[in-house]
Formats: sequence, C-alpha cells, structure tokens
Amino acid sequence: MAGEVSKAIPPKDLWEGGRSPFSMSYGKIMMWFFLISDALTFGAFLVTLGWFRYTADYWPVSDQVFYHIPFVHSELPEQGFPLAYVAFMTFILIISSVTMVLAVEAGHRNDKKNVIKWMIATVIGGFVFLGSQVWEWAGIIVGPDGVFGTYDDTTMQSNFLGGWLNGAPIEGPKQYAQIFYCVTGFHGFHVFSGVMINIVILINVILGTYEKRGHYEMVEKGGLYWHFVDLVWVFVFTFFYLL
Amino acid sequence: MERDDIIEYSLGAQHSEEDGAKIRKNIWKVTALLSVITLLEVIVGATLSKTVIGDGTTWAFIKYGYIILTLIKAGYIVLSFMHLGHERKSFKLTVLVPYIFFIIYLIFIVINEALAVTEVNFPLN
Repeated sequence: MAGEVSKAIPPKDLWEGGRSPFSMSYGKIMMWFFLISDALTFGAFLVTLGWFRYTADYWPVSDQVFYHIPFVHSELPEQGFPLAYVAFMTFILIISSVTMVLAVEAGHRNDKKNVIKWMIATVIGGFVFLGSQVWEWAGIIVGPDGVFGTYDDTTMQSNFLGGWLNGAPIEGPKQYAQIFYCVTGFHGFHVFSGVMINIVILINVILGTYEKRGHYEMVEKGGLYWHFVDLVWVFVFTFFYLL
Repeated sequence: MERDDIIEYSLGAQHSEEDGAKIRKNIWKVTALLSVITLLEVIVGATLSKTVIGDGTTWAFIKYGYIILTLIKAGYIVLSFMHLGHERKSFKLTVLVPYIFFIIYLIFIVINEALAVTEVNFPLN
C-alpha cells in the first residue's frame, strides 16, 4: 500500500529523531503493544489447556461433546452434527473480520457511506457470534442433553459429560469444562468489548467526527482489536474443538 | 492552536479509488482462502475424528496438519487483515520477535512440566 510507511527514507534519518522510526502514529503502535500483551494472556490460557491435556489420564474428544445445533434435538453424537455449529461461529467471526477490513479500506478513501455500511455489518456479525456463544453455553449448562457443569449443584459431585461410550455418557475430567468456560468466556468478553468499541466508532463515523479530523484512523485501531479477536478464535477453534 | 511538532502519519495512509479496488480484490482473495481452510478443517474434524480413526499415526498427521493450517490462517490475518505485512521491517520485528520468543518458551516450559507431573501421577505408563 502506498503512503507514509512505504516511503523510502535513509535508515540514518529514520532513527535520528523528530519522527516515528516506524512511520506510524502513537495510537496504532500502542494498540499493537496492547495486543501483544493480550495475546500472551490468551497464549497462557491455551498452554494451560495443553497442560491439562497432558496431565489428565483421559481427555474427551470435542466432537463427542459439541454436536448440537439449534432447534434440533439430538441425543447421541451420531444423530447430531459434530462441530457444525462451531464452524458456523468461526465463519461468522471471519466474515465480520472481512467487513471490518473493508470498513478500514473505505476509511482510507474517506468514503463515509461505505465505512458506515461495513461497520454496521461488523457490529451485526459480532452480535450474531455473541448470541451463538450464549446459545452454546445455555445448551451445555441447562440443555436436555449436554450437562456440562464443573460440578452438580444438588450432589456437589463432578457432573460433566466427557463424550459417549457405547451409547452411554461417560464422565470427563472437570478441567475440560473449566478450561472451556475460561477460554471461551474470556474470548467472549473480548468480543463483547470489541462490539462496544465498534458501536462507539460507528456512532462517531455517523456524526462525522473522523470526517472533520480528515482521516479514519480510529476505524483502523478498532479494526486491529477486532481482527485480534478473530485471530484468537482461530486458535481456540483448533486447540479446543479440533485437536 | 496549530501544532507543527506532530507528524500526521494517518493522512499518509490514504489511497485513491484505483488502489482501493486492488486492495479490495486482495481482501476477497484472502477471505476465500480463510474460508476454504476453515471448511477443510471442519470436514476433516467431522469425518476423520479421533473417535473414528483412533490415536495412531494418522491422527498425529491430522493433528500437525491442523496446527500448520491454523498458523497459515493466523499469518494471513496478521499480515494482511491487520496490515502488519505492509509496515516497516523494524515494526514487524518489534511485534513478532518478543511474542514468538516468549510463547515458544512458555509452551516448552509448560509441556515439559506436564510431562514431569504425568510421570509422577501415572508411573506405570
């Protein structure tokens, strides 16, 4: 892409002061540094998942646990749709990431109408993802088939579905449910704050704040955060649902 | 008051209509690639699951295949969508090198520890 970043500047001048050696604004650099720290937090969560898997003597296969789709009752995994709903959620997040990058691109052309259009699409995608996660959590906490608590309220016993064996549910390690709620909950919270940030930016775009400023860099910064949320989900999808 | 000591880098990031068309084309290409990889992962996950093929060599291949595909997806998101591929080399290194260094160290140390704990917990295996 053309612009400040690709401008040829002798390395000596670049580091001589009076300008950012990265040819980037302060806000964008700081957003990146925040994302590095956040990525380390998520990295720690996923590595913890690895630790649990290594130290447990039995670990459920996720497609034996996540095989439900809305409005269809499927008692056994064979009657269900393994990973279908998670795949849908992943797809929603990727598409909303694409609409975000299109909003950023429209912002670089000062095309207010298209920025609004793509930002609205991104916010809708975020809400669909959040709704899906609420459905998934509700289904596995109180749903008819997936009892997925870390323990049972009435017996105070471990009560957790660890997949199926010969048509009967088997109990899995509690850590499976615990790390599931930790990772997807923490990620869902990021999606929620991302949607809120996007809504604030969208309102500012509609009000013309960035038009007055002359550039839409705030859309770009919000976009960085939103792409990061998508990036994390790519890893959660692989390490929790697929492996 | 007009300040002359702040360089407005964001104004330099703006581009024309023709450049925009090229960039959008690239965005859709990356989108198609990400969707195809995800679809492939899901199809493999639904048909060749660990419950069907068991915990053998085939599963090991699939497992590392998943990880490689995930890293490819992550690379495209970071370098293309998050635009890191177009930033200056010094900034790419500033973001990627510390992160990759720490995450590899974290994976190594935690997996190492997990293996030691497993040895104590299940000495007969």
